[in-house]
Amino acid sequence: MKLKVKDLTFSYRSNPILNGVTLEIEPSELFAIVGPNGTGKTTLIKCIDAILKPTSGSTLLDGDDVSDLDTKDLAKRIGYVPQSAPRGSPITVFDAILMGRRPHIQWRVTEDDLDKVMEMVELLKIEELSLRAFDELSGGERQKVLIARALCQDPEVLLLDEPTSNLDIRHQLEVMKVMKMITKKHGILAIMAIHDLNLASRYADRIGMMYQGRIEAVGASQDVLTPENIRRVYGVEVSLINDGGKPYIIPIEPVEVRA
Amino acid sequence: MTSESSIKSSIIKEYTGLTRKKLHVIIFLSLLLIFLAVLSASIGSADVSLKETYFAILERFFPDHFDVNPFAYTVIWELRLERVLMGVLAGSGLAIAGVVMQAILKNPLASPYTLGIASAASFGASLAIILGVGIVGGAHIIIANAFLFSMVAALLIYGFSLRKTSTETMILAGIAIMYLFTAMVASLQYVGEAEEVQEVVYWMFGSLGRANWSSHFPYGNIGIISIALGVTIPYLFLKSWDFNALGTGDETAKSLGVKVEWIRISCMFLAALITASIICFTGTIGFIGLVCPHITRMVIGSDHRFLLPGSCLTGAVLLLSADTLARVVVAPVILPVGIVTSFMGVPLFVYLLMRQRGGYW
Repeated sequence: MKLKVKDLTFSYRSNPILNGVTLEIEPSELFAIVGPNGTGKTTLIKCIDAILKPTSGSTLLDGDDVSDLDTKDLAKRIGYVPQSAPRGSPITVFDAILMGRRPHIQWRVTEDDLDKVMEMVELLKIEELSLRAFDELSGGERQKVLIARALCQDPEVLLLDEPTSNLDIRHQLEVMKVMKMITKKHGILAIMAIHDLNLASRYADRIGMMYQGRIEAVGASQDVLTPENIRRVYGVEVSLINDGGKPYIIPIEPVEVRA
Repeated sequence: MTSESSIKSSIIKEYTGLTRKKLHVIIFLSLLLIFLAVLSASIGSADVSLKETYFAILERFFPDHFDVNPFAYTVIWELRLERVLMGVLAGSGLAIAGVVMQAILKNPLASPYTLGIASAASFGASLAIILGVGIVGGAHIIIANAFLFSMVAALLIYGFSLRKTSTETMILAGIAIMYLFTAMVASLQYVGEAEEVQEVVYWMFGSLGRANWSSHFPYGNIGIISIALGVTIPYLFLKSWDFNALGTGDETAKSLGVKVEWIRISCMFLAALITASIICFTGTIGFIGLVCPHITRMVIGSDHRFLLPGSCLTGAVLLLSADTLARVVVAPVILPVGIVTSFMGVPLFVYLLMRQRGGYW
């Protein structure tokens, strides 16, 4: 499974959000999208999953344009993990994960569906949560449940919208580790929008840095997360530490960069 | 390895146990409804025992198997079952309309009442009663007006949804529509004659007394409502997973393959159609559409595979028992069913609300 994003643009009420994004992502790759607030990371993810309809351009899954696919077929191929889940009427964690089987289920839930849920519960090590109320979980626990749900769809591609932004450091590391393992072991291609440059640097195979609706730089972390790029895109002076070949970023101060 | 797989099977076992419990609730409610229906049919000024009622009903389907006296048979089939069936149909229809509206608008306040559909029907009826104005004239002017105006309210809500407003905005718009129609009913009452105003008030109380069936198509208002429910309810049941998915947020629902806009528009229309086809014959019966879904949800949870049939049954049980009570309390006077439903249902609702730990919804 290969994912190609070709010259994607998106405007919201004639405000351009994406200005021609082109990306090519390989199977089993964990791809991180970084960039300042409001540069279009979330929009890009939603356009890839056809949640938002791009103004122009296309996303190709092994050559199939996602906008041509039936919504159900698309749901069998791309899983989406939102930043947070809305509060609603109470459901158990098991039911919340079972929802991921929706593209495969007609009405009846089969043994296979239940087994699939348990497989993901075990993969994310959330057995002891599985029959608790979803609303009662902590942010980190919920994030794992949302990932388990998306995995239940049996997707080839997983899209994550800032999965670590509300989590403590232990849960951040756990989520990143799980994602790394899923991409390598199950051959799933994952794209995640993420704010924490150091997490991205350490775990992602490649990083795309976005600025004002464009991909400014793409490549391995040491090539993308350079002081020059960060200064230009974020307007922040940083120094780097070499952390086993990958850059570890220490922010110093905001600077005036752009006219 | 063995302990791992035993944890796995015990979780699945516990989960399927929870599912089975929900199924048991539904079976229990079905049996309760059957019992209540027969009980309700046996009650009235002419003395027919419970056993005679059972036999009279079964005789119709298995002729000559039961020893039924012809009088009891006539009383049950000609006088009482119409009203009982109307209670079952109206209760289940209003309840499912409520669940569906709450699911697609993701709001616990959504119901045929709060979205203005019921008050629009009241306005239609008042227009016919007080001014004699109707789109279709003749004997059915009140029914036709009530139906058409509730569909107008549904159209207005649909118009709002086209502007891609948030679901909260749609609820607010619905409440505004409700106030508008309530004000229009009030102004009609202001100009109306005393008897006309009284008729409007009675219409708005809601009653199952206008139930009837006939021997030819579409078999009276019971037939019409049955057809409306028979066409819409299976479709809504099939969409259970879509309603579940909508609870996770529009974006997640889309990523799960739900055609969010289409579901919202089509199911809003169906819920409005169900509501309109019922209240144009019964008058406005509030409460059921708002509260029965909540009562059911608090008991069996929010999985719509069980919530939809469960709410139908709860609605039918509640409306039927309310109507039975309404006929008994100060017999031979029959209290308006809308009043009794609230008196019966609110204590149950409040009790269940208080019992919930933490936040509900």
